Formats: sequence, C-alpha cells, structure tokens
Amino acid sequence: MINKIVASVAEALAGIQDGSTILIGGFGTAGLPNALIDGLIEQGAKDLVVVNNNAGNGYTGLAALLQTGRVRKMICSFPRQTDSYVFDELYRAKKIELELVPQGNLAERIRAAGAGVGAFYTPTGYGTLLAEGKETRHINGRDYVLEYPIHGDVALISAYKGDRWGNLIYRKTARNFGPIMATAAKMAVAQVHETVELGELDPEAVVTPGIFVKRVVAVEARANAQHAA
Amino acid sequence: MNKLNRDQMAQRVARDIPEGAYVNLGIGLPTLVANHLPADREVLLHTENGLLGMGPAPAKGQEDWDLINAGKQPVTALPGAAYFHHADSFAMMRGGHLDICVLGAFQVSVKGDLANWHTGAPDAIPAVGGAMDLAIGAKQVFVMMDLLTKTGSSKLVETCSYPLTGVGCVSRVYTDLAVFDIKQDGVYATDLVDGLSFDELQRLCGVALRGN
Repeated sequence: MINKIVASVAEALAGIQDGSTILIGGFGTAGLPNALIDGLIEQGAKDLVVVNNNAGNGYTGLAALLQTGRVRKMICSFPRQTDSYVFDELYRAKKIELELVPQGNLAERIRAAGAGVGAFYTPTGYGTLLAEGKETRHINGRDYVLEYPIHGDVALISAYKGDRWGNLIYRKTARNFGPIMATAAKMAVAQVHETVELGELDPEAVVTPGIFVKRVVAVEARANAQHAA
Repeated sequence: MNKLNRDQMAQRVARDIPEGAYVNLGIGLPTLVANHLPADREVLLHTENGLLGMGPAPAKGQEDWDLINAGKQPVTALPGAAYFHHADSFAMMRGGHLDICVLGAFQVSVKGDLANWHTGAPDAIPAVGGAMDLAIGAKQVFVMMDLLTKTGSSKLVETCSYPLTGVGCVSRVYTDLAVFDIKQDGVYATDLVDGLSFDELQRLCGVALRGN
C-alpha cells in the first residue's frame, strides 16, 4: 500500500543532507511552510542553498532559518522588504550569498527543472544587469537570454489538503510556488492543513498529482495572523 | 500650474483602460488606479502571486492571509476569479496575454527604456520581483510617476542612469504634469495640466518633445 502520509514533521524531513538545495514555497507568508521550516531548523542540515521568492519576514519562518547561519546562499526575486531584517543584516555583513532572479525567471527555471527542460531562452532581463555575462540570442526579431533550470534536492511546500497518494490541493493565493516546486525536487514534502481519504479530492480539481510528492504531513493550521510586510 | 495629485493621476490612467482589458497594477502608486475604474466597465485585475479577478480590500476583520496581492496586502476575489501557480501567472505576462501593466519608475528614457528596480547604490539590497517580466511581457506598459524628482530633475531622460528594468518597453508615461506617448519618431506630450505651456514643459523635461 502506498502511504506518503507521515506522522510527524521530523519524519517528513528525515534524511535531508548538508549542502542541499531546498526549494521553499510561499510568497511573503502566504503558502510558506512554517512547520516544515521550523522542523528543518531542528533537523540541523547546514550549508544550504534556499530558493524562495523572498528572503524572510520578521524573525519567524524563513527568517528564523536564515538566522541560524545554515543558509549559504539565497536564490530569490525580492529579498528586500520592510521586515526582512535578518536577511538584510546577513547580506550587509557578507554572510550570505544572493542570486537575484526576476520572479518570472525564477518560476520558469523551477518549472523547467520539473519538466526536464535543459535551458530556455526568455526575453525577461535582456539588456539589464541581471543578464550580464549570460548567453543571448536574437530569435524572430526579438532578443532573448539563456536561462538554466533550478533543481532542488528537497522542496518544502504548504498545501490545503492531501491524500496518502500525495495528491494536493491548495488554498487561494497560497498556491503560488507549491505546484512547480513539487515537480522540481528529488523529494517534495508537503505540509497540509488536512489529510483526506483517497477519492475525497475531486480528480478534476487536483492541482499537484501525487507522483510529484514524496511525503505529506498534517500540521495545525496557523492563526490568520501571519502579517506580512 | 495645477499639478495633478495622486488620485487625479490614477483617474487619468483609469480613463485609458478599456472594457475587457486584463491589467496588472504595480505596487505603490499604480495600485490607486483600481479605485478609479468605473463600475460599469469590466476590467480583470491580475496579481502575479496567482489571482485573476482581484477585488478590493476586505472589510476590517475579514482579512484572509492566504488571499493577498503582490504587495502582500489582503484582497478579495471577485465572482469568476481564478487562482493559479506562479509559472502560469508569469506565462500570462511573458506569453503576451496581459493587455496592460501600470508600473512606477525612477526613470524612463525617450526610447522607452524603463528603470524602476534598483538605484544602483552600493549599499542597496537589490530586489526585482516581477518588474522585468511585466516590462517585457505586457502588450502595453504604462508608467505612472511624478515628472520631476524632489530636486527638480526630470525623470523622463535621454538615457537612464539607473540600472534598466527593460529595454524600449514603455509606451506611455502618465505624470503629474502631462502624459507622454513614446513613439518611434519621438516623445509626444499631451494632456498638459492647466497653466503649463508646452515651452515650459519642454524646459522642465530637458529632452526633445513633440506636441500634437
């Protein structure tokens, strides 16, 4: 019997190695897998590369992970926010590396990894600082920049409901990076508000088919007080 | 002269957004445009974190932090709205499906180059978000900004001195003093505010303008 549902966050994160690239879902705090991030802090893996749209808010979640000093490099589109205190300090002290990626390139590079695409040409960023040194090409009258996929060793995402086969549905704009990150990592772990029986999720409405997901863990839905910058 | 205030600028932009348009409003000043779209005109607002058919802010106490806009503020979803993941959301921009985006800017050049993501200051922490994707992806890129900086220099420039967001991507610039259409053969100034002459506008801008 396939059963991807595990009993605890610790079990969901077992085996994550030092030096891993971790894709972490979420846009600001919507869809940020807080329980898994807290679990990763406890688990202790270090020398990590973290991929997330932002670089942490306040002192919890991703910001708390950064504060442990175990993240070597952030790949993100929008690190600077009104409450990105932890990242700002690490960056200014040169204690963390930053690869700044336009948000659509970030999404497409993750999608490409999940879809087995070796690289792709995109007009985004052409002629800007963020395309410096990159291969370009003129195709049908337009200029493009060559971009490579972002593969994860692990994806940590937050979904609304999941079943034992790993099928997932999401909630509102908390979906954001979850579905593409699940496809782009060797091991995708989803924290869900609720686990359900097989068949309870409408097959027409499943957003992430279970093939992309290795582990599912139910966590208590947090209060709606995750105020973002 | 009667400079337009922020709401008047937003109202002016809203006038040019047609029925049926799919529109992304950037963070900051452009967000105000939503307040001035006439109720009888169906315009679908896109927010790049994954919602098409974005509605106004919820009533106090009704905030749902799983339902936010690109500025990470709580919003609502209109009947008929759709949620989607980030790759689909950016396909809407990058694939040329979005009709209009309205962005703020530090500078716009007479060739339509846009600079709005980075001042280039050495101690600045850079952040780009979806600006570069919007700039190259939307069918029309509108910029909304004050024409002059606080020290009186024009933000409409011959060549941008700030790092670029996109090359030759801006089609129209709405400012507190006039509207500028950026075309192949030059920059056309229209909608000059009351009391502002073309010659005075030309002097303030310092770049060659064409009148209508």
